[in-house]
Amino acid sequence: MTDLAIEIRGLVNRFGNQIVHENLDLTLPRGQIVGVVGGSGSGKSVLMRAILGLRPPQGGDIQVLGRPVTGIPDRDTHLRESSGVLFQDGALFSSLTVAENVEVPLKAHGRGLTSVLRRQFATLKIRLSGLPLAACDKYPSELSGGMRKRAGLARALALDPDLLFLDEPTAGLDPIGAAEFDDLLKTLQQALGLTVFLITHDLDTLYTICDQVVVIGERRVLTVGPLNEVERFDHPWVQQYFHGPRGRAARRQG
Amino acid sequence: MSSPPQLDASPDRGRCWTASGSWTVRHAAALSETLDQLRIDVERIDATQIERLDSAGAQLLSRFVRRLGLDLDTVELREDHRALFDAVVDVDSRPPSEGGRNGALIAWFEGVGRSTIDFFQDLRLLLGFLGQTIATGVLILFHPHRWPVTATVHHIQQTGLNAMPLVALLSFLVGAVVAFLGATVLRDFGAELFVVDLTTYAFLREFGVLLTAIILAGRTASAFTAQIGTMKSREEIDAIRTIGLDPFVLLVLPRLIALLIALPILALVAMVAGLAGGMLVSSFSLDIPGQLFLDRMSATVQLHHFLVGMVKAPLFALVIAMVGCMEGFKVGGTAQSVGERTTSAVVQSIAMVIVIDALAAVFFTEIGW
Repeated sequence: MTDLAIEIRGLVNRFGNQIVHENLDLTLPRGQIVGVVGGSGSGKSVLMRAILGLRPPQGGDIQVLGRPVTGIPDRDTHLRESSGVLFQDGALFSSLTVAENVEVPLKAHGRGLTSVLRRQFATLKIRLSGLPLAACDKYPSELSGGMRKRAGLARALALDPDLLFLDEPTAGLDPIGAAEFDDLLKTLQQALGLTVFLITHDLDTLYTICDQVVVIGERRVLTVGPLNEVERFDHPWVQQYFHGPRGRAARRQG
Repeated sequence: MSSPPQLDASPDRGRCWTASGSWTVRHAAALSETLDQLRIDVERIDATQIERLDSAGAQLLSRFVRRLGLDLDTVELREDHRALFDAVVDVDSRPPSEGGRNGALIAWFEGVGRSTIDFFQDLRLLLGFLGQTIATGVLILFHPHRWPVTATVHHIQQTGLNAMPLVALLSFLVGAVVAFLGATVLRDFGAELFVVDLTTYAFLREFGVLLTAIILAGRTASAFTAQIGTMKSREEIDAIRTIGLDPFVLLVLPRLIALLIALPILALVAMVAGLAGGMLVSSFSLDIPGQLFLDRMSATVQLHHFLVGMVKAPLFALVIAMVGCMEGFKVGGTAQSVGERTTSAVVQSIAMVIVIDALAAVFFTEIGW
């Protein structure tokens, strides 16, 4: 087995004439929380969708956990079983309760689990995500934004994936809720040995839980590395990002 | 690639059993069955030989250990599995605080009760909604600058003019069908001419306005609900309120007034189209020329037949607009709720239109019109 979680070579993504990524290279090791930052429209979400095989890129080669992603059909069970995704607002299925939502991946890839066992594992994931047991039988519309994110996280963790993708998990949460979510993520990452691909605008999240930071801009990866190296990187956007008033405040606390 | 999970006795180590293989969700089904059937007498479990452990496996292992009556400390684990195992045990051993789930029969009764209460609450809401609309309407009656003229004209075009081809075509076809049906029965009695009476009575009194109302209930009530519902779910209605405007003036009144104007006109179009359909069938397949059809019509039809039909038009307009708008306001936060409310608006308005029409038919027959 390879030690690399994600390996991208020469990725090209285009929307019509608009080029989002051009010759983007990125390698990420296993077992770390990687924060992905970049200006609005720099293609963070497009990159995530490309890695997940949701959007076939116009060029380049993507390997996830040592297997190629490009050009394979949707039914690649290896990728689906070894990765979990938390979309921005949870993307919970609105017609199902929280527990049923978490059971969906278990049903799809669970290999003959009985309904009792499925329920048992789903309940475990929901409680690991810090939700009360009473939330199991609630519908997504009955939950607050923070609880929806936790429920989405529980569903992403349903199959104990090696790789976890999070798209702005703390956006729309209050500072206390965001800090709790960060703690939860760190705890789960250590307990389950996850590799986390975390798109975020939240500087506090970057400073408190991320082992590595990837900065995306100018259609490529500007720099990768631990936070203290990245924030010294000589690029106007990076300097403005980390040394603006918000960046300074977050660094003081972090 | 991953070996199945196993649990074996290790004879050389006394009453100690060794767990090995990969204890993951992949193998959980078989593993759970094996563990449930296992009745063993052990002191310790050596889990250091486990290659892969995930939270499902950790839960099964911890529950198994507890069922054997062993202390969780007696499980020997690899260092990198310890954190996961502890996290799972911690969460799993907290007392569950689950609210009891009811049986199917009780749930069914609960459902019946809920729908009954919902029905009466809906009725009360509808009356309240109607009252608020009328109150708002009276309030701005004396402030012409607040009249939503532009919006009203827009909705007259949307609900009236744009629906006219559809209403005319469908009424024309139904008129033709009614004439055909009448002809097949009346021909046996040599009374083909009465097809004229049948078609005119049916369309002036009932079908013209009823068809229009049903078409508009499907076409317009759903549109009202979807429009207002989308605004509600994106908090646009709250925005209107915080700016100090009245959503009833901006959203409900224009739609109601537009429908009050458009529906009678459309009903008139439907009557004419239906009669035209009947006339066409009569002249081509019953040998009743158009002139004879019109003569017979003016000889038998009285004004009150037309009025019986038209007097229902504003009532139907009121029902369709009120139900459509109110369901829109009932939309909650989700996209799914917009769909649910739209369906409910169409079902409710069609049902109410037909019920009102039936009651009106009884009433007008009783008073001899």
